[in-house]
Amino acid sequence: MRGQDLSIAKKFKEMGYGEALESDAAALEWLEKNKRKFGHFINGKFTKPSNTFKTTNPANGKFLAEISKGNLSDIKLAVTSAVAAQKRWSSLNSHERAKYLYALARVIQKNSRLLAVLETLENGKSIRETRDIDVPLVVRHFYHHAGWAEILHEEFKDYEPVGVAGQIIPWNFPLLMLSWKIAPALAAGNSVILKPAETTSLTAIYFAKLCEMIGLPKGVVNIVTGDGETGEHLISQDKIGKIAFTGSTEVGKRIRKKTAGKGKKLTLELGGKSPFIIFDDADIDSAVEGLVDAIWLNQGEVCCAGSRLLVQESVSEKVKRKIVARMKKLRVGNPLDKSVDMGAIINQSQLKKISQMVSESEKEGAKVFQTNIKCDVKGCFYPPTLITDTEPSMEIVREEVFGPVLVFLTFRTPKEAVEIANNTQYGLAASIWTENINLALDMAPKIKAGVIWINSSNMFDAAVGFGGYRESGYGREGGKEGIFEYLKPKGHNSPKKVNQLKESRKVKTLGKAANSSIDQTRKFYIGGKQVRPDGGYSSKLIDKNGNFVTEVGLGNRKDIRDAVESANLSSSWSTTTSHNRSQVMYYLAENLSKRKAEFSEKLELFLEPKDAEIEVNLAIERLFYYAAWTDKLDGAVHQAPIRANTLAINEPLGVIGAISSETEPFLSFITILGLALSQGNRVIIIPSKANPLACLDFYQVIDTSDVPGGVVNIISGSPGELGKVLSEHSGVDAIWHFGSKRFFAEVESLSISNLKQTYVSDGESMDWSNTQSPALKELLRRSVQVKNIWIPYGE
Amino acid sequence: MDQILKHHSLNELRNQGLPYDEKLFLDISVNMSAIERRCATAVKRRTVKKESQVAWLLKAISCIDLTTLSGDDTPGRVRRLCAKAKSPIKRDLVDSLDIEELNLNVGAVCVYHDMITHAKAALAESEIPIAAVSTGFPAGLTPFKLKVLEIHESVAAGADEIDVVISRKHVLNGDWKKLYDEVKEYKAACGSSHLKTILATGELGTLRNVAKASWVCMMAGADFIKTSTGKESINATLPVTLVMLRAIRDFYELTGQRIGYKPAGGISKAKDSINYLILVKEELGRNWLTPNLFRFGASSLLADIERQLEFYATGNYSAFNRHGIA
Repeated sequence: MRGQDLSIAKKFKEMGYGEALESDAAALEWLEKNKRKFGHFINGKFTKPSNTFKTTNPANGKFLAEISKGNLSDIKLAVTSAVAAQKRWSSLNSHERAKYLYALARVIQKNSRLLAVLETLENGKSIRETRDIDVPLVVRHFYHHAGWAEILHEEFKDYEPVGVAGQIIPWNFPLLMLSWKIAPALAAGNSVILKPAETTSLTAIYFAKLCEMIGLPKGVVNIVTGDGETGEHLISQDKIGKIAFTGSTEVGKRIRKKTAGKGKKLTLELGGKSPFIIFDDADIDSAVEGLVDAIWLNQGEVCCAGSRLLVQESVSEKVKRKIVARMKKLRVGNPLDKSVDMGAIINQSQLKKISQMVSESEKEGAKVFQTNIKCDVKGCFYPPTLITDTEPSMEIVREEVFGPVLVFLTFRTPKEAVEIANNTQYGLAASIWTENINLALDMAPKIKAGVIWINSSNMFDAAVGFGGYRESGYGREGGKEGIFEYLKPKGHNSPKKVNQLKESRKVKTLGKAANSSIDQTRKFYIGGKQVRPDGGYSSKLIDKNGNFVTEVGLGNRKDIRDAVESANLSSSWSTTTSHNRSQVMYYLAENLSKRKAEFSEKLELFLEPKDAEIEVNLAIERLFYYAAWTDKLDGAVHQAPIRANTLAINEPLGVIGAISSETEPFLSFITILGLALSQGNRVIIIPSKANPLACLDFYQVIDTSDVPGGVVNIISGSPGELGKVLSEHSGVDAIWHFGSKRFFAEVESLSISNLKQTYVSDGESMDWSNTQSPALKELLRRSVQVKNIWIPYGE
Repeated sequence: MDQILKHHSLNELRNQGLPYDEKLFLDISVNMSAIERRCATAVKRRTVKKESQVAWLLKAISCIDLTTLSGDDTPGRVRRLCAKAKSPIKRDLVDSLDIEELNLNVGAVCVYHDMITHAKAALAESEIPIAAVSTGFPAGLTPFKLKVLEIHESVAAGADEIDVVISRKHVLNGDWKKLYDEVKEYKAACGSSHLKTILATGELGTLRNVAKASWVCMMAGADFIKTSTGKESINATLPVTLVMLRAIRDFYELTGQRIGYKPAGGISKAKDSINYLILVKEELGRNWLTPNLFRFGASSLLADIERQLEFYATGNYSAFNRHGIA
């Protein structure tokens, strides 16, 4: 009845797992039914397949299907369809949109197993992950966002959809990334054009079928398949108001550059080299198990993989021993086998990249431990890998591998752990393992990353924002913070109303210089001190009647360098209490009000007396206004469906380089300064070129108001030149530009040096007198970045 | 194979214990959320199907301490239990699964002291060990002298294994040395019989207490650590199991001594038993998948496994009334 190898008695003695294959019959049948050839999904219809390339199963090299490569005309067709559809879509009421998102959640749930198998076939990740992690999260994402769609009109009263969103997603979580992109975009009333990764298009195509099935209005979701070239066409479309990209830092920078100055909203979710920190009081066995989820999930092809292990020296040998023992238990093989931990790497080139980086590290002196795996030789498999004897300077420690490779480092103290953890250009995620709540909550804010997992790893939920700091990108996906990414303040692009100050804005800059008996050259303010321009150049300032007023310094790149350095040293401003910050800001207001007459007089050189007085009064009020906000821009506690507190904390951006407006020169200067300072940022600010006098003299107020040195730095000079230096500088975390539009493209383009966050707005068309103007409201929200801290609990 | 091993290795397996040392367990960390996550995913990361599933279910049977611990136990009831212990599955199933060579029986029969002699008589021709619960089971609040005496009496009556309950008060009050001394005395009283210590994990409050109590019992010489009496409101769970398995693993790494593990109470489904076996195999390894080192304390589990085996053999879903009751 049974052959020898199937003998139960033999299996009883061996107690092995045997093979437990998930059937791929239904998925293959679907491919066959479509003749294994697919077109794009545009305006509710599938196009005829054209210009196709092949997609294969990385676990065995077998052909799966032919996919169409989208060209410019495909993209243009999609844009036309999306633009038309968006108007109808956003005019539906909230409940109508919610019903569609709900229907998508339901239909995905009903097709969950086929989607899981299809994903495993094309991506190579284990069926356990697609079945238990990816697809359930996708479903959860659509349910959650059906909820946002329902209450959008209540919760985001002053906002409107961005319009059409162009979305480009990677191959590591094809369907999950699709849901992270499409669900919030649709909930917020946008239409989308999504380009899946070249290697993993099938589940996106199946999703398109599901959109068709539930009767989603045509053109609301468009899927255009293809490669990088297709993506380039997509991001170059003028009618697309928002680009959302998940992928490598390199491509993310290219997208930032290509879209610079185009006025598109941008979300970038990029690479990482996330630290996984184990303290000596951690539950070590659980931490080692956490590592399995951190670096051996999805073959380590995870942007937020905990790939950099930091272990406290006192337990490092024990941890190493336990990791090695645990690695030996990992099963690698056919991803359709339900008892497999790791499946196949996405393709041969990625496999080659991983093995090259590992052998390079060996040449540099690192020790490599790998487990023995026996897999299909036609498949792309790579063993779980631990690299020890590494130094923070090695490439394998600094660069993202995007494979199942863990590097091992040690530290002595919490302080040193923070230092090593932050010693990277990335800032996506971090895991912290300790049983000491004081330590955990002390570490979390100190680590520069958008997501922190306490005693856990790789946790995701639709209700919790996800996204990076630094070169891991910006913008958030998930949670309320994720919805904002697909909205803009109402009236953001409409011309401002005439305000009370506007009439006297015309400044005369021509005239003869008059002699002055006392030298009044204005210096810069850097690091809490008045300093002379490094270059030794200054220019003459002429008042409204054409008379010489004073000399003002002309800043150069070295002045900026010094200012950035002192701003970086003054980090305590970001960690001091918000109450303290408000006290300093009230003090600034108080001291300015004492010198009201004097500042009015300075402004009167350029403005009508009445207007000068109004501007100073408004500036004082403005300092009060943002002092009020210091402790009121609250974070949130998100409701993820697990036993955990998930804290969404607003953290300062860090060092902001700001170019102030030429109009309302003093008020705009104070507004930018007050807003940035209130949330704990430090600032290097370039005042109006024509009217810098009051701004420069403001350092006397700063000096008497307990502002720590380096928190505010003021340098006058050419906004073009200084803005350029600030945009390029890697020590600057964000760049705000309220000068001339003609600089925006350059500023945004140069910001890619360290992917600083950018906010550009034409200062002349802004209503600086009104804190409720869309641009200022949006700026307040953008003066912080959200860090989500997951704190599971239970005893 | 495991059955043959059992008696050969009984003495080698005996735990010599360690001197009392708080450094080994007092600072132990157990993170409940992480433990729960591991349990939830461990049983999703592995599965067994078809022949492998049958083999694993048979393994589960071989590890069952077939148990009756009721006030109304009688010699007749115990005889019936022992009959089931000797031939846990129907003859026709043994044939159709082609497993005659396994000579399958359960891991042990577990009874109160009063029933030892009846069990011994019923099991005379077999090698199935008799386990007796002891030390004032289940609350363990009888006079200490009597508890030790009860062990002596049970050993004298022929119990191969003694399942003692620990004093929960020592755990809850942090009197670890008292717990150590208590278990050490029990061990001495056991003589050549095996000592299984019941922690009553459902009454210990925290997983850290479970970990510490596991360590103290192993240090004091327990050959098995066991979760529950079956009488607490919460009995064996996977999270408690994981904590105890990890303590066993660390103890083995330190001493080279393999300690056995016995979840008891609430395990009544075939699928549950496979989940426990998966967790043991993943955390401790294949070596622990033997009745020498792993037991289920269960009374109704066997019946459910029998039904699954018949389904495999015939392709039809089975019913309880088709299998002899224990």
